Amino acid sequence: MYNLIGAGLIVIGAGIGLGQIGGKAMEGIARQPEATGKIQTAMIIIAALLEGLAFGALFLGK
Amino acid sequence: MKIVQKSIKFLTVLAIALCSFHGFASDSDKKNNDQNDGGIIDTKKEVEEYILHHIQDSHDFNLFSYTNDAGERKHFGFPLPVIVSTSGGIKTFMSSEFHHNDDGTYVVTKGNVKLVKLHGKIYEIEAGDEVEFVDHHPTNAHKVLDFSITKSVMGVLLVGLLLLWWFSSLARQYKKRQVPTGFGRVLEPLVIYVRDEIARPNIGEKHYRRFTGYLMTVFFFIWILNLLGLTPLGFNVTGQLAVTACLAIFTLVIYTASGNKHYWGHILWMPGVPILIRPVLAIIELAGALVIKPFSLLVRLFANISAGHIVVMSLIAIMFTLKQSLGVVGATGLSLVLSFFITLIEVLVAFLQAYIFTMLSALFIGMSVEEAHH
Amino acid sequence: MDKLLNDFSPGLFLVQTVLLLLLIFIMVKYAWKPILNSLNEREEGIQGALDAAENAKKEMQNLQSDNEKLLKEARAEREGMLKEAREIKEKMIADAKGEAQEQANKMIAQAQESIRSEKHAALAELKNQVANISVEIAEKVVRGELADKKKQLSLVDKMLEDVTLN
Repeated sequence: MYNLIGAGLIVIGAGIGLGQIGGKAMEGIARQPEATGKIQTAMIIIAALLEGLAFGALFLGK
Repeated sequence: MKIVQKSIKFLTVLAIALCSFHGFASDSDKKNNDQNDGGIIDTKKEVEEYILHHIQDSHDFNLFSYTNDAGERKHFGFPLPVIVSTSGGIKTFMSSEFHHNDDGTYVVTKGNVKLVKLHGKIYEIEAGDEVEFVDHHPTNAHKVLDFSITKSVMGVLLVGLLLLWWFSSLARQYKKRQVPTGFGRVLEPLVIYVRDEIARPNIGEKHYRRFTGYLMTVFFFIWILNLLGLTPLGFNVTGQLAVTACLAIFTLVIYTASGNKHYWGHILWMPGVPILIRPVLAIIELAGALVIKPFSLLVRLFANISAGHIVVMSLIAIMFTLKQSLGVVGATGLSLVLSFFITLIEVLVAFLQAYIFTMLSALFIGMSVEEAHH
Repeated sequence: MDKLLNDFSPGLFLVQTVLLLLLIFIMVKYAWKPILNSLNEREEGIQGALDAAENAKKEMQNLQSDNEKLLKEARAEREGMLKEAREIKEKMIADAKGEAQEQANKMIAQAQESIRSEKHAALAELKNQVANISVEIAEKVVRGELADKKKQLSLVDKMLEDVTLN
């Protein structure tokens, strides 16, 4: 039960983080379409780091 | 734009193919586990157990099983060799000797060593003839070091041979002509992609050649294994902690071994901060470099692939679990639609995880070989 | 977490390590090295070809500008030659004119000279003839007149007087 709540919290946090990353990346691309490639790469890396963190926490709680 | 459209089309076709195979595989695979539970899997608990069974490594290569008219279980597949290091030395035999038993009740005696298979692991019985359980944990048996050619090892070997075949033939083609033909034309852009998009920008012009071989091997290894995991063969190699841990430790060893003075200087004695804070920072940086980085690498790959498999199989299982409330057609339709789209995403994830693993490896290596620029 | 650790198979880890090491070494030796080398070679080849094309283009441009320079020089030379020719022509014309003038002047002078001498000769002849005629006339007159001596003498005197006066 508690670990389910924990998983929910992790997902909320990760969701907020991913939303931020994605949103900012979109803004960046809209502002500078010529930098799309670089922004996407950076976005994917940061999203991957966040994902690693979230998965780590999920599996620790499992 | 056209390329995007084409690739979407291609992915769709691929997803349909893989999805239908998945359905087929799990449908027939379903009965395979029944030997222990008996009968058809319908309930949520059984589905869950079945999925967890699939996620695990297995000692035989089972494509599907069925019960014939005489009520006998028939398994379609082939056994794999078991190589275990026991207290009585190294024992080798075929996994068929366990007769598909997976709950530790069938004892195989090799010399003076008694072995059982329990949830995909081989245990050695220390005393007595039977495994005794307390709360589902064996009390009188311990796990043995298992070097078996399991399904995952099969997958690794298969992919290794595939890569070797593809890329050595590509390498041979270059001897004859400048531009490869046939399948080489597909592989060449991928090689150039890994070199130009992953290795070169992250490691830097000066050092990237040294590490490109490793990065490419790892990239194609992970990618092809991920894709293999989506086929009905039921491989789950990159979803094995041991495999991802091995990959992550390779990266760790490479970037630790190639770290230059600048890199170690920044880890152990960070310049530009007060002396008192430096030891604290050194501990944090060391933990980051030696534990957190490889841990995040190994957990990410493992979790993504395992989660993908679990989700796909759960969605396919809707066919059985929601049969009561939605009817056969409704449950099957829902299951097909959902698993189709999730498989589409899984194809993307298969590439993305290979890309991210390679990319982060390159990034870490790049950090450790970066020259001081002041 | 416990379940995960339970699932972790050290045997698989070791097997995977060995296989991956083997795979990396074999792939690097038999695939990546030759592939990357030939890719590099090809890219260098392409770069070289591009550079060569660029060089050729530059050379062409140089040649073209050389050509233009040559053309310009040739044009200037032609113009110079034309100018010279014109000058020579003018000089020749001027020379010819001068010579002709001189010749003409000379001829005119000769002509005038000859005219003058002819005139002199003619005048002298005329004078002679006039004198002869006059003498004859005078003879006749005198013959007629000088039938006497006195008249003759006075006439001679008169004549002498005239002659000296002349």
